[in-house]
Order: sequence, then structure tokens, then C-alpha cells
Amino acid sequence: MRWVFGPGRLCYERRSRNLGPKPPMSVDIATVRRIARLARIAVADEELEHLGGEINAVLSFVEQLGEVDVAGVEPMTSVMPMAMKKRHDVVTDGEDADRVLRNAPVSENNFFVVPRVVE
Amino acid sequence: MTALTALTLAQARDGLAKKTFSAVELADAHLAAMEKARALNAYVLETPDRAMAMARAADARLSAGKAGPLEGIPLAVKDMFCTEGVRTTACSKILESFVPTYESTVTAQLWRDGAVLLGKTNNDEFAMGSSNETSYFGPVVSPWRREGDTAALVPGGSSGGSAAAVAARLCYGATGTDTGGSIRQPAAFTGIVGIKPTYGRCSRWGTIAFASSLDQAGPFARTVRDTAILLRSMSGHDSKDTTSVDRPVPDYEAAVGRSVKGLRIGVPKEYRMPGMSAEIDALWDKGVAWLKEAGAELVEVSLPHTKYALPAYYIVAPAEASSNLARYDGVRYGLRVPGRDVIDMYERTRAEGFGKEVRRRVMIGTYVLSAGYYDAYYLRAQKVRTLIKRDFEVCFEAGVDAMLTPATPSAAFGVGEKTKGDPIEMYLNDIFTVTVNMAGLPGIAVPAGIDAQGLPLGLQLIGRPFDEETLFALADVIEKAAGHLHPSAWWV
Repeated sequence: MRWVFGPGRLCYERRSRNLGPKPPMSVDIATVRRIARLARIAVADEELEHLGGEINAVLSFVEQLGEVDVAGVEPMTSVMPMAMKKRHDVVTDGEDADRVLRNAPVSENNFFVVPRVVE
Repeated sequence: MTALTALTLAQARDGLAKKTFSAVELADAHLAAMEKARALNAYVLETPDRAMAMARAADARLSAGKAGPLEGIPLAVKDMFCTEGVRTTACSKILESFVPTYESTVTAQLWRDGAVLLGKTNNDEFAMGSSNETSYFGPVVSPWRREGDTAALVPGGSSGGSAAAVAARLCYGATGTDTGGSIRQPAAFTGIVGIKPTYGRCSRWGTIAFASSLDQAGPFARTVRDTAILLRSMSGHDSKDTTSVDRPVPDYEAAVGRSVKGLRIGVPKEYRMPGMSAEIDALWDKGVAWLKEAGAELVEVSLPHTKYALPAYYIVAPAEASSNLARYDGVRYGLRVPGRDVIDMYERTRAEGFGKEVRRRVMIGTYVLSAGYYDAYYLRAQKVRTLIKRDFEVCFEAGVDAMLTPATPSAAFGVGEKTKGDPIEMYLNDIFTVTVNMAGLPGIAVPAGIDAQGLPLGLQLIGRPFDEETLFALADVIEKAAGHLHPSAWWV
């Protein structure tokens, strides 16, 4: 894929390219349903196809990363190189249930309340 | 007499010190202007009572000779910063009624220095967007219009409300957050100044997280000097953010007006893309000429991995977002939609609480991090990111002090113009800004001219890590040459 600039606005065109082994660059309906489940987002059946199309547009856009030679390149793990900061393992805060719970949709006796999880 | 709202932040500061006017008068003038400008939808929450109380306290400190560096200065805060006792939503339905019980470090430092909160500004939902159209509270309308046209334009995003409020003189300055261009792109679209400092310069504590390795707070204002004044108050080490950097905060304002003679400024050739609008090209050339006239040396440089920054960003940012937004589950805060069981409750809550763009990005992030794909997507993107950063390092090691690029590929577009089609078309707005986040570098957008339709265009300067001072010095040269841009107040 490459970017093409049109007059006044941007557009892009897709170019197929032989990239060798790579993950699937498009997802099917079953995969969209599985991703939605993993992401804990309810998606209605009739939305799956449209959503799949949008996800595929993004996957197709990122496909060009396959052409970069990353052999021997370390992945970025720290944006600014710095030693990991440490602090003493002591209690610095707490005993403030009221503030912690103030925005809870449902709470009871200083607990968050959720639907039954264990039968 | 000039309207109080038309002053710069520095002029207001100096006027307060001389008792020409009071902090209460400044707050009053801005609250009145905000009321008349509600058509812009720049603020999602106005805080007049708090503003007046803070202004009165500021006046007392000014009288007592105990004024802080921002004493009595009315500011707006993007709704991504948690403000204690003041509703903070990230402009998402899922946080519609969230009232933090704590204050973000950045805003706490502004109040420490005496600033006054006018209200919370609109943004793209969870800062995901480049036009402020994904906000749960509706789009922001730019104070700018095309000549002879009343069509509503976007202010850019995601910090669109902050940018519009500053440009329309509804505050002297505002905070923003910038993950891929969310300060610099709206600053360019609205003809104001915005800086994303080096990653780690401002604490992220208490700022609603989008993509933690890219998010950085920064200020907007109408002048380079005002932006420098604000950045000093916002910056500094915070033990509550492990990526916050422990190094002294310079007096950025002192860098404004500093000579740029002898500085080597890189012009990255990969940013001059084939078919780029002639206006942007010409603007860039003008910037080159201005800096040369001021004694800087302009050199062509190469950043060969530029074109991979945006695709890598659209893996890294959604991946981190999917992880950060996992906390919105209807249990501890925010919206809860009841369900058959706990999983059903999570799924319904998140489906109803998140807007379309947020749902899409969370799902993409979930996919690229899912079993079997981590190496192919996320790990590869983080390796590409190392290469993008290395491109900049090679130039800096060769003696380049900063780089000059356009801020955006075009001027502002119309509300609704780019929301219908392919998401990528919207994402392309950030091609010139996103590399800077990927490399963690500081970048400033400064107004440089207007296009044929009368809309502002901006240039971007990219600096070495923690060398925001050089950016302020260079931006000042461009500002002096280009002058200030003001929209006519059609909304009054």
C-alpha cells in the first residue's frame, strides 16, 4: 500500500504486495464475534459485517509494516531511557473507603456489588 | 480599551500585578464570553462558581504579595484531566456522571501556581479522534469559517474544545493531551500555539489514559510566550507516574526571544510527499526562509521510516487503549447496564457506554494482542518504533538541533466531511505529528499563515528530548514573521 496525496485532501490506494508469511490481514464474521467477546463488548449480529469491514480497513492499512526489515531490532519498551524507579514497600495511602466507593454504580457496606459470579 | 479577553496571558499576568484589573474581573469577562459562545460547544462543563471563588482567592493572594506565577489567570481544562469534585468524563457516556475524588498532577500544579478554572473542554471520546466529532457531547464547531461561507468546520482533535476555546478568546490558555497529534493538529486548525512536550516531562497521573506510552499533556495558548509560561507550571517530576522524568524544569519563557543564530534545522525530505498541496509546500518554504533570515542553518535530513509511523501507531495505540479501557466494566465507577450475569453486564455496559470509534479501537487492540498475533502485530510495531526513534537520533547526533515540518496536511475540514467513509482517511490527519509521539520527542505547532479560503495553517517544530526551549525560541521567530491569527467572532 502507499499513500497518494490528492489536491486539497488526502486519499490512499491499496496495492497488493507479496510480503511472505504473515498473519491474516482480514477477519471474518466469526473472528469479529470472537474479538467482541474478548473485548467484552456486546455487538449485535447485524453490526458484525460492517464492523468487520472497518477492522479490515485498518488491518490492510497496517499491512505495510510487513515490508520493514526488523531483524535484530529491539522493540521499544521505554520511550525515554531511564532506570526503573523504585519506592519503599510501605503503605502511603488508604483507609478511605468512602472516596474509593463514591462513584460506584452499586455498593453496600464498603463493597462493590456485582451480579452473582459463583453459584 | 481592549476587551479583557483579548489580552494575552502574559499581558493579563502583568496587568494583575499592576492592579490594572482584578482576577475577579478577568474571570467575569471570560464567563460572559463563554455564555455567548455556547454555539461552539467548546466547553462541556462551565464552572462559574468555582471560577469566581478561585479568582477571589487569587485577588487576596495578589493583594498579600503572595502571587504565584499564574495567579488569577483563567484557564480551561480538557475533560481528560481529573478535577476533584468537578465532573470529568473523557467525553464518553461511560463516564457521564463521574466526579473524581482526586486532582490530576498537571491541574494541581496549575492551581498551585494560582490559575483559575473556567470549565472543562470538549474532546474526542477518550481522545480518540482528529476532529472532535466522536465526543459524546457532540462536535465542537471551530471559531473559524471559510471566507464567504457559514459551513461549520471542525477545530481538529482530539483537544478540539481546548483549541476552540483559546482561539475564540474564551480563556487565556488551556490544557490538552497529545497521543498522536491531539494538541498540535487542533492548534494548527485554529491558528493558535500548542506544544506536546517530551514524553515524561508532564506527569500522566490523574489524566485519563488512552495509550500510556504515547500520551503526554501540554498547553495551548494564543502566543508562544503564553504557551511557554503554561508549560513551566504543568511540567515537573511526579513520583506517582513512573515514567515522569526527574530533571529540573527550565524557565521556558526565558527562551522566547532567544537567538536562533547558528542553530541547525533539519527539513525532513520524507515529509515532502508527492502530490502534497501547493499551499502547504509554500508555507513550509516560508518557514524555512524565516528561520534562515533569523540566522539558522537549514539542512535537508532524512527520516526514512516516516511512512511507517502511522501504521505502527494504529497498532500500538489501540493495543494500549484496549488494555487501559478494560477498567470500564460497570463495577467501580461509571455507567452500569444490568445483564443476565456478570459477563453480560460487562458487555452491555461497554457496548452502550463506548461510542463507535472507541469500540472499534478497543476491538482492534484486542485483536492485535490476541493469542498468536502479538509478535506479528504489536512486537513488530514496537520494533518499527525503535527504528523511527533511531531516525531522529541519527539526525540529532549529526548536529541537527530541531526540525521544521508542516503541522497538518491540510487546513480544517467541514463537520461531517470525513466521518462517513473509511476510518483511515481521518487517521491521515496525523501523518506529520504521529512520528513525534512514537519517538517521545517534543513538538510545537505554531500558526504560520492562512490558506486561500482564509483558514489558518500551522508549522511544526520537532526538538531533541527535553529541549523544549529551542522549540520556543524557533517558534517565536515564526510567530514574529507570521503574526497572530484571529477569527472574527460570528457567534456573538
